[in-house]
Amino acid sequence: MRQLCKGNVAVVKAAIMAGCRSFYGYPITPASEIAEYAALLIPQVGGTFLQAESEVSAINMVYGAAAAGQRVMTASSGPGISLMQEGISYLAGAELPCVIADVMRAGPGLGNIAPEQSDYFCMTKGGGHGCYRNIVLAPSSVQEMASLTMLAFELADKYRNPAVLLADGFVGQMMEPLDLELVEPVVPQKPWAVKGDLETRKNLISSIHLTPDLMEAHIRHLEEKYSECERNECRSETYRTEDAEVLLVGYGIVSRILRSTVDLARQHGVKAGLFRPISLWPFPSKALATAAKSAVKVMVVELSTGQMVEDVKLSINGSMPVEFYGRVGGNVPSAEECQAELFARMEVLV
Amino acid sequence: MSEYNVSQCRTPVFFDRFERKDENQHQTHYCPGCGHGVAHKLIAEALGELGLQDRTVMVSPVGCSVFAYYYFDTGNVQAAHGRAPAVATAVKRSNPGSIVISYQGDGDLAAIGTAEIVHAANRGENITVFFVNNSIYGMTGGQMAPTTLIGQTSTTSPWGRRPNNEGFPIKMAEMLSALEAPVYIERVALSDAKHIMQARRAVKKALQLQKEGAGFTMVEILSPCPTILKMEPTVARHWVADTLIKQFPLGVYRDRKPEFEPVLVPQKGVAELLGISGKRLSDEERHARRQHTRAKTIKVSGFGGQGILLLGQLIAEMGMREHMEVSWLPSYGPEMRSGSAHCDVTLSHDRVGTPLVSTPDVLVAMNEPSLRKFAPHVRPGGVILYNSRQLPEDLKFEGLTVACVPASEIADQIGSAKVSNVVMMGALLEATDCLPFTTAQAVLSGLVKNRKLAEMNEKALEAGRNYLDTEVLVGAVAGPDGCGE
Amino acid sequence: MAEQARGKVEVNQDECKGCGLCVESCPPKGLTLSPELNHYGVHPAQYHAEICTGCGICYFVCPEPGAITVYRLAVAKSEVSDAATV
Repeated sequence: MRQLCKGNVAVVKAAIMAGCRSFYGYPITPASEIAEYAALLIPQVGGTFLQAESEVSAINMVYGAAAAGQRVMTASSGPGISLMQEGISYLAGAELPCVIADVMRAGPGLGNIAPEQSDYFCMTKGGGHGCYRNIVLAPSSVQEMASLTMLAFELADKYRNPAVLLADGFVGQMMEPLDLELVEPVVPQKPWAVKGDLETRKNLISSIHLTPDLMEAHIRHLEEKYSECERNECRSETYRTEDAEVLLVGYGIVSRILRSTVDLARQHGVKAGLFRPISLWPFPSKALATAAKSAVKVMVVELSTGQMVEDVKLSINGSMPVEFYGRVGGNVPSAEECQAELFARMEVLV
Repeated sequence: MSEYNVSQCRTPVFFDRFERKDENQHQTHYCPGCGHGVAHKLIAEALGELGLQDRTVMVSPVGCSVFAYYYFDTGNVQAAHGRAPAVATAVKRSNPGSIVISYQGDGDLAAIGTAEIVHAANRGENITVFFVNNSIYGMTGGQMAPTTLIGQTSTTSPWGRRPNNEGFPIKMAEMLSALEAPVYIERVALSDAKHIMQARRAVKKALQLQKEGAGFTMVEILSPCPTILKMEPTVARHWVADTLIKQFPLGVYRDRKPEFEPVLVPQKGVAELLGISGKRLSDEERHARRQHTRAKTIKVSGFGGQGILLLGQLIAEMGMREHMEVSWLPSYGPEMRSGSAHCDVTLSHDRVGTPLVSTPDVLVAMNEPSLRKFAPHVRPGGVILYNSRQLPEDLKFEGLTVACVPASEIADQIGSAKVSNVVMMGALLEATDCLPFTTAQAVLSGLVKNRKLAEMNEKALEAGRNYLDTEVLVGAVAGPDGCGE
Repeated sequence: MAEQARGKVEVNQDECKGCGLCVESCPPKGLTLSPELNHYGVHPAQYHAEICTGCGICYFVCPEPGAITVYRLAVAKSEVSDAATV
């Protein structure tokens, strides 16, 4: 049965469904409900919730729990995510699975608490030091806050890598019907974990490889893993792209707005379509190129000054113009605004 | 001749051969005379004697001892600089039966990791911290530590540590003993055989306490660093005895258990906890069950405390129960805490695109500022519900239906200003015909447990509906002085 | 015949780094640094006299895990003090 649920709360419910019994976090608007509901719910199913002294500690607790074989998560927003980057680099380096929910707000610096999509670079390209990747999933609805959280746990374990739920303040704060079905989570065996028992006594969780050859071998191993992830885990969806002459591209809340823009544009006789990346890393380049087949131009809309647009350009590879429209600071464009921006750019381009 | 039996020898808690080490796998990477080797030996020996080897997880962060995992044949987790207590916290909580050791140097524990150690200690984590204080940064080559002595030179305190520039050496054992939770904190020194034997007892006691589940234990170990101090190993040891101990007095700083009753959380099954019940309905099934509904985009606005967000949620909840696609989007943050509040509700028969309602079909304005702010954006043919007997004189709306409903007034008459939003809901349902009244009644009665409030809600819903029915003629063009006359 | 020493010490010449802490700590002064260099170029410790009491202090002050092994005379076990009580 459906329940009206806030996006942030759906994350916690989904985490519990996925078998997550460990949450370490630090409050920050607009992600705080995730910690609040984790504090309320996770101990009731025998799990651990701990409010850490900082995001730095929280992510290192995540590291510890992941090392000990737990399905573990944390949640934060921009400034807290910045503090977590060290730990995320260590998690990736030590190949520890975990889920990090980033409910993005406006930055840089303290910025404000209104929605933005300006953590795209720091989550998809690294953010911390070293050659590593996060698996990044971008929900656009409350139902997806749940389903992609569950998927994030699955992928994190599959690839032994941090997985990020990259949401924005809107998706985190809004309420929509959430339809959950009780399923037993499939948590894979983790023979590499350090559990404080005889079986795992010989195990070591570490990101140090002192000699250059060993370090290179480790980085190559990670690289191969990321390639496999790129082959298997690209996810996206399209809306009315079959005959689209202009392709709108947006993720998260923006994809919802653009869906309405597509309909508006078509009411005005413009054959628009929508491409929405669900996985931001790996970026669904091939699917995007396919969706753009009938198009003569692409317009990317983001709540940033232009981050994902770089990946779109790489995917389109110069075959057609890629336009960009961004709003920042917590301002969110309406469907009508996006339509006007699209039409303005079409006059120039056609 | 009698036989000799082995009385002291390499403990099996150490690996036989240090295969994780690149070269010289039969000896440690520590410099000759280094205190770490002795500290390692005391820990390994205690783990062996207490039968804890299989249960132990060693957490080693940055510092010379980052390679502790070369040596300890236990579970090993390497951690970031200063973060070992945070890592150890979660390692322990994940497997409470494990014995978790955080092995940290002075830069790690008392500089970069100050927050982590203080809070792990303050939470009374059932871990054991071995804090090796040698007054200097060893691994990075002799920079100043937070425990460097006044006047002591280092590569980053070339004029000697100056209190006016770097402050005073930090006393962690004393600091942490000021906290409520720790059960055992002792400072020992590896300065000579006698003190090493005292250290041996302290190490074992700390681990024994952890084994008993007592709580947070820490042994601060004053230790020689001959290489960086540029002293012969024996001289460095004497320096610990003669100089370091003077600054950091030895002794037991804490040896008692805090008294408290643990508070336990009641347990539930996942389905009950998450409110999972019934089976999922397909889209077709949901469509079939839908009663009479109308798709609407609604903006509810007013000031904080008027139940603005709740009104929006109630409408969304009703739409969901009627098997519609719905979304509710609040204004949030400081805005929510003071001043204006608004939320967007979309009731739809198809997948909801943008949840942002920029041009609403229906505006509920619970006060004048929000009426002025949002009324100009109402879609032509749309409805405005305004919480007053009449519109402000200067406002006129063409092509809209305006219903002035003095919801706050009506709510006061019913007995609580709190139900003004429910009055407005009654009016909204009557004005828009978007959802059945019975659904509103069901949602409200499910929401409120308090009998008196539930009755008031019922009255409020009815009053809002009746007011619109009897006092306002919906559909008429509103004049500035009233509502739809 | 001289009385048999209550203990004896074996130094692993390959593991010893020649720091000299055991030499300084040995109560009966039964250890010295060898005049010979081992292949790391240090003077390793060596047990040179039959005067070991088997107290184990050298083992505990030695920073290396297995450079020193201490033995005790089987019959004399109850007579010697345990290192832990020093």
